Parts: sequence; structure tokens; C-alpha cells
Amino acid sequence: MRYLPLSQPDREALLGRIGVTNIDALFKDVPGAARLDGPVDLPPHASEMDVERQLGAMARKNITAGDVPFFCGGGAYKHHVPASVDHIIQRSEFLTSYTPYQPEITQGTLQYLFEFQTQISELTGMEVANASMYDGSTATAEAVLMAHRVKRRKKAVLSGRLHPHYTGVVENLSDMGGYELVQKDPTLSGDEKLADLVDEDTSCVVVQYPDFFGSVEDFTELAAAVQAKGALLIVAVTEIVSLGLLRAPGDMGADIVVGEGQSIGNGLNFGGPYVGLFATRQKFVRQMPGRLCGETVDSDGKRGFVLTLSTREQHIRRDKATSNICTNSGLCALAFTAHMTLLGGAGLRKLAILNHEKMLELVSRLEAETGMKPANDMFFNEITVELPVPAAQVVEALAKNNIIAGIPVSRLLPNAKMDNQLLIAATETVTDRDIDTLISALKEVTA
Amino acid sequence: MSAIKYTKDHEWVRLDGDVATVGISDYAQAQLGDVVFVEVPDVGKSVQQGDEAAVVESVKAASEVYAPVSGEVVGVNGDLEGNPAAVNEAAMDGGWFFQMRLSDPAELDGLMDEATYTDYVKELG
Repeated sequence: MRYLPLSQPDREALLGRIGVTNIDALFKDVPGAARLDGPVDLPPHASEMDVERQLGAMARKNITAGDVPFFCGGGAYKHHVPASVDHIIQRSEFLTSYTPYQPEITQGTLQYLFEFQTQISELTGMEVANASMYDGSTATAEAVLMAHRVKRRKKAVLSGRLHPHYTGVVENLSDMGGYELVQKDPTLSGDEKLADLVDEDTSCVVVQYPDFFGSVEDFTELAAAVQAKGALLIVAVTEIVSLGLLRAPGDMGADIVVGEGQSIGNGLNFGGPYVGLFATRQKFVRQMPGRLCGETVDSDGKRGFVLTLSTREQHIRRDKATSNICTNSGLCALAFTAHMTLLGGAGLRKLAILNHEKMLELVSRLEAETGMKPANDMFFNEITVELPVPAAQVVEALAKNNIIAGIPVSRLLPNAKMDNQLLIAATETVTDRDIDTLISALKEVTA
Repeated sequence: MSAIKYTKDHEWVRLDGDVATVGISDYAQAQLGDVVFVEVPDVGKSVQQGDEAAVVESVKAASEVYAPVSGEVVGVNGDLEGNPAAVNEAAMDGGWFFQMRLSDPAELDGLMDEATYTDYVKELG
């Protein structure tokens, strides 16, 4: 017997109270094409062994990132996560890796979250960081909403070099909140003149660093220009390892720094769960969303940790809360903290150098052997290359030979007329042999 | 200086010339406990009677402070930013929140005087 706590009269009473006739009315914001209009076409029953066999066969159609030369980035990066990270996060002391509702009882959880926050503050060059968000895209959307609260304005300007998925999530939350967006068209290079778009209704400008196409730009002047017009600069970082080498966004004058922490401690995980990073200036802390751990002393003067500034949060402030986030990405943040602690400052820098060196090697071979050059003046571990033919075709052809050459820009920006552009990332996991394989294959396909 | 008037939401307002000073009552501060943060409105903001004008946060709760009368905010208590505890220490005096120029002074007549408010609070227990 299935246990369904609500009876039909219960359901009718609930629906009647909120003024809709049936449950489907609550899902009308989901586009029709994405909704299921009947049962999924599956056999009604199969044995566990049968299911395993069938699913196994389906899974074998995938090419696993770790098994082949793999050059995809675009916001999700394949890095090596040491086995010790997995061991640490499975220790029983961390078993409840969720921000607890009676927080002070779990000092271990609070301590690692405090250390996580400290690491994010140092990486981003900001004064305060929270205990993490769902992922980089939601962190970016939350940053926009926070800027609206701080500035009491309702318009945001988005760079055309922000990851299209991040732009999409910002769009969603802005639509629902009744806010306005100004979006630049995607362009590979050139000054976007974002500060010129800031008017008296604009609370913030959002840029990505390194940007979606892999380019690294100094935002110091932009930060000053945006702030001079009374708005905030939000910098989104999708490849956090880059901050092991690059100047911290905080040092360039950013007001809010958000990011995706997947690169440290976390696998590709089919696109999630990931861990959103969120850091800002002390003066904005009361408008910052999310959980925040603080260090204090107990009645005996001993060091301890607490959840602090909870009055910003939903469980106290109800509808006036800074955000509807009541949680964080606990397990992913723990993995991040463990990996980052094992790396240390010097280790992170070394890892970043290794990434950049791999890409330099790839670029020099690409130029020498195919004549193709990256569109980027400056880059970290990711570049955009224009191929003589549509990139999607090339990626498809190479995948048949078990080479994952990167991401066709058209896949994320189908209408940008960038069909021949290919996004290529190279992390420390790429071997010289992987580069050989990619270059020879590219030579062949594009000849 | 006119007599102090109170709202059912425990704000007090005192008219001095055409400028009214607004704060929360001693009863309210005692109920809230230690005040840790006060968010005051922007100077120049126009509010209607009953609009949310400020926020007060204590270790226990965050509460809205409503405009007891309609008008324009002409001053805020900047001291509260560094010393929110002033709300606990002197709710009726140094712990004031903001000042406003009234658009309809007759609204004051609808508020409670000291004696009525004292009775009102007694009834709340």
C-alpha cells in the first residue's frame, strides 16, 4: 500500500484555499514541452538484475571523462581529486554534513564551514564569505538580487561574456522578482563599455573572470567606473583554480565575488551537485544571502563556532529574509575545504601553474601544427579557437574516436553566429599524449 | 514640544514644531531583547502611515518599524549604526530611529496617549 498522507478532500481544500482548480495549474510556468503529459514509456516491472543490466548497457554508451583525452570546460572542470579527500569527507565526525538546525551542537561542521569561508575570503580577496550556495549560477543570481537590495535599484547589466547558463538563471530570478536586465550580446573580444550602460536605476554590472570564452581581463577600471555611477561590480568565477595565479577580484575593486567551487574537491558529477561561492565586503554583510559561521569564545573563554547574523535568514526574518536559501552545499563545501587544506596556498599556486602550462603547451602545438590561434589575448586554462568548419561537427567526429575535443560554442549560444568556435580547456589531468592525440585529430578533421 | 503618542505596533512619535521624532517604546525594546542592528530609512523617503519604515533586529527576532504617521523622512539617528544598544538603554530618548515632516498632523489624533498606551500594554500582559 502506498502511503499518501493527503486524501482527495484534503487536496481539494488546499487547492481551493490558494485559488487553483488542479495541481497542474501550479506548474504552468514550466514550458509545455518540458512537462510530462502521461506515464513514462517503461515496462511496469522488471527484476533488479534486469534493471541493472539494462541501465549498465545504457551507461556504456557514454564516454567517461576519465577514460579519454578530455578538453571540456565551460564552467565544469575535470581536475584530479586526491583519494584522501574522499576519505576525509567520509569520516564519522562529518557524517551530518548539513548545516544543522541546532547548529552549535555540531562544532565540527561549524569549524569546517568557518574554514571554508576563510579560504573563499582569501581566494577572492574579499572580507566576508558565506558557507556556500547551491552552485555558481544561483550564487550569481543571488548576487544580483543582493545588489538590488543594497542599492534599492532594480536593473542589472550583464556582460556578454558571462556563462549562458548563469545568464539564464539570473534571467529566471529577475523575471520572477520583476527586475530588469540589460544583456550585452556575446562577443569574443573588445571593450564591452559596460559602465556606459549604468544609469540611475542600475544596481550592478556582472562580469566573468576568466570569462566564458576563457579570456582574462583586468576589471580595476571597470570597478571604479561602475562604482562612480553608484552601482556595484559583481565578478563571477567559474574556474576557481585560476585564482591560484590570477589577481583576486577583490583586489581589482569587486563588490561581490561569486563562483563555482566544483574544481576543488569535487568531480564533474554530471553537472551537479556543485558548490556556489559567495563573498563580499563587510559593509554589505547584512544583505548577504546564506548561512554564515562565526568564531567566538564560550563561557569558559574557549574557542568555538556559531551561526551568526541569522536574523537575515528565513527562519527568523520570514518573508523579509535576504534570500530563500536556508541551507548550503554542505558535502561539496566539505570536499572543497578538505582539498584546499591539503593543497595549501603553495599547492594551489602550483596546481594553477600546472593548468596554465598545459594550456600553453596545447596552444603552441596548435599554432605550430594547425596554424589555428586562440581568440584570446590572455587566458588561464581555457581558450576559444575558430575552426574552418562548424565546431559541433568536429566534436562529434572526434568523439567517435574517443576524443572529447571541447565544447562547441554553438551548443550554449546557438544564436550567436559562433558556429565555428570551439571552447577548449586543459587542466592538470591532460597528458602530453592527450595533447598529441587532439592536435593530430584536429589536423585531420580540419585539413 | 507636544506629548508623546503611541501606536498599537509600539512605535512612539513626538512632534516638535513640524518635525516628528519616531522610535520604539520601552515595552517594545524589553520584548525584543538585546538590539543588535537597526536599519533606518533613506532621508527624503516619503512614507504613508503604516508603511514599513525601519527594521530592528535583536538577538531573538527581526521586526519592522512602521511609520506612525504619513510624511517625509528628514533625519535618521546615525548613532544607532555603531551603537544599536542605545535602543535598549534609552528607547524613548537617545534610541530614536528617524524624524519626519508630517503631511497630515491630524493623524496624530488617532494615536494613543501615554495613559491609554500604558493600559494597552497592561492588557497584553
